[in-house]
Amino acid sequence: MSHKEAAIREPLILGHKTYHEITEDVCKPIEDKAPRMWYILFAIALIIGLYGVGCIFYLLGTGIGVWGLNKTVGWAWDITNFVWWVGIGHAGTLISAVLLLFRQKWRMAINRSAEAMTIFAVFMAGLFPLIHMGRLWVGYWTLPLPNHFGSLWVNFNSPLLWDVFAISTYLSVSLVFWYIGLIPDFATIRDRMKKPIPKRMYTILSFGWSGRAKHWNRFELVSLVLAGVATPLVFSVHSIVSFDFATSVIPGWHTTIFPPYFVAGAVFSGFAMVQTLLLVMRKAMKLEAYIHTKHVEYMNIVIMVTGSIVGVAYLTELFVSWYSGVEYEAYAFINRATGPYWWAYWSMMTCNVISPQLMWFRPLRRSLLFTFVISIVVNIGMWFERYVIIVTSIHRDYLPSSWSMHFPSHIDLGVYIGTIGLFFVFFLLFARFFPVLALNELKTILKSSGESYKNDTAPVHPYFAKNGHAGHDHHEDNNHNH
Amino acid sequence: MADTVIYAMYDDDDVLKDGAKKLVAKGVKVAEVFSPFPIHGIDPIIGVKQTRLGIMAFLYGITGLMLATIGMRYFMISDWPMDIGGKPNETYMDNVLAFIPITFEFTVLCAAHGMAITYLLRNKTLPGMPAQNPDPRTTDDKFVMEFRMSENSQFTAAELQAMLNETGMIELDQKEIH
Repeated sequence: MSHKEAAIREPLILGHKTYHEITEDVCKPIEDKAPRMWYILFAIALIIGLYGVGCIFYLLGTGIGVWGLNKTVGWAWDITNFVWWVGIGHAGTLISAVLLLFRQKWRMAINRSAEAMTIFAVFMAGLFPLIHMGRLWVGYWTLPLPNHFGSLWVNFNSPLLWDVFAISTYLSVSLVFWYIGLIPDFATIRDRMKKPIPKRMYTILSFGWSGRAKHWNRFELVSLVLAGVATPLVFSVHSIVSFDFATSVIPGWHTTIFPPYFVAGAVFSGFAMVQTLLLVMRKAMKLEAYIHTKHVEYMNIVIMVTGSIVGVAYLTELFVSWYSGVEYEAYAFINRATGPYWWAYWSMMTCNVISPQLMWFRPLRRSLLFTFVISIVVNIGMWFERYVIIVTSIHRDYLPSSWSMHFPSHIDLGVYIGTIGLFFVFFLLFARFFPVLALNELKTILKSSGESYKNDTAPVHPYFAKNGHAGHDHHEDNNHNH
Repeated sequence: MADTVIYAMYDDDDVLKDGAKKLVAKGVKVAEVFSPFPIHGIDPIIGVKQTRLGIMAFLYGITGLMLATIGMRYFMISDWPMDIGGKPNETYMDNVLAFIPITFEFTVLCAAHGMAITYLLRNKTLPGMPAQNPDPRTTDDKFVMEFRMSENSQFTAAELQAMLNETGMIELDQKEIH
């Protein structure tokens, strides 16, 4: 009976499902016509996205002067959005890599869409440094390429260059990890598809996957090793993003706790975004049997833990700014809380410190509506966190004559809102044409974590009924399931 | 080479594994198993060896580490030593701390992509490749064991089928390949 896990663990797949029903549930939305709501949402997202693209073209044609920056605040809106999107992009690989290493079966219901979200969020993040260059078309100058300026190389001492390597590695490795998992699921769709053109498309996408034993053997190892290398990668990426600030000498930025604090904040906001998207998706695509209260609760616990780490980091920052005895450092933090940006600071504190603490209450963290509201609150809070760190630390310069404020221009707003639109364009396309659950991986946990198998209401296979051993007692490695 | 291939289909992974175990004990050679998801524990039964892709990943990682080290040493130390704030880069070790992030990232980049490319090449799963599973249902909820008569010459096709009938299979298919 070793397919079984402890009865105290809640089932991960509700009701009775067969392997075929899992395939049906995931493939049906792809094969059927898209619901009207999908077209409405897609149209809205596309219009917003195109408006953002328009703003980007205007920006590129006119110059960075169209932003709300000034002599004192030389870095504000763009880098805030960059860090915000990179942070959101931290949940997917965390879910698929770290939770794989910890053998957390519940990740299988959410990893596919969380990874998709990660990839699209990192696309959006990468856009900001590129457009900030002003001349998008010379973006390749960030790479160490031989050039005609003598032996002029990029500066490998600069955290900004570390960022180039970190973000591009993160994006490409996440993409490969995601796609390798998608190949067998594309094969499932390919083999079911009746219409010739989609069948051809899924044939190309599935790379001729046939599900041979040797291929599955390699698949499992590749997933494990990719998870192994992606785990330190997740932590390194946001550490390096935090170095953009932490290695400077600006009071408020020059803080040694930034790397762990940024990583915790990134996971915090990433999981919140996963909640926002999945709570809608499970309803719209009728996946309630696979993504249910228990999954939401697990994610809320991650939000609670990382939110608490972020809260401790805020308080530590305040303490250290006082304890350091450096008056510039102390002023940076007093100004944050009581200066002209007090409202941004207290929005951040309310959204990020108080709201995750509510997750200590079991009924709240199991409430889907409450979770949805908090997930949006958290991402608002995390946006303010970056804005507070970046803008309040520089808007009051050492010389009071240089003191200034940052007000976003309508182009700033347009680019930001536009990236949200583009993000949803990508995500909606993903939900329409890609298998949103790792359906073939889910089948591996059906017998150990499916509700009907846990409470013995699932019919025993006739072969075992006839041959006497009702259970699956020859199944030795039920811990080995990724 | 002409050969007779027998495909036995099952509707449960545990039934297939049980059957494979019994057949192998009788001396039958299982050529291949097609399944919609990894059947844990099938590999040692049918004699599939553990893949060595992990070793390849390590080698690709080491290559990335060396390339990053050699590259940064050349760019920052020998070709154009930058003197930042009076802190010159005389030797690689003077500046090694600043090189660690990119060294790490590049190691991961090479290990992950090298392994992924090797994986796809070894599997022969590449864009445009045709599917080779014997039945489209094997990517949904059916499991197929493949036997080649040339590898099981001590049995006749009829004997093999009789043994298969006892293992709870649901469909049998026979094919001649040339």
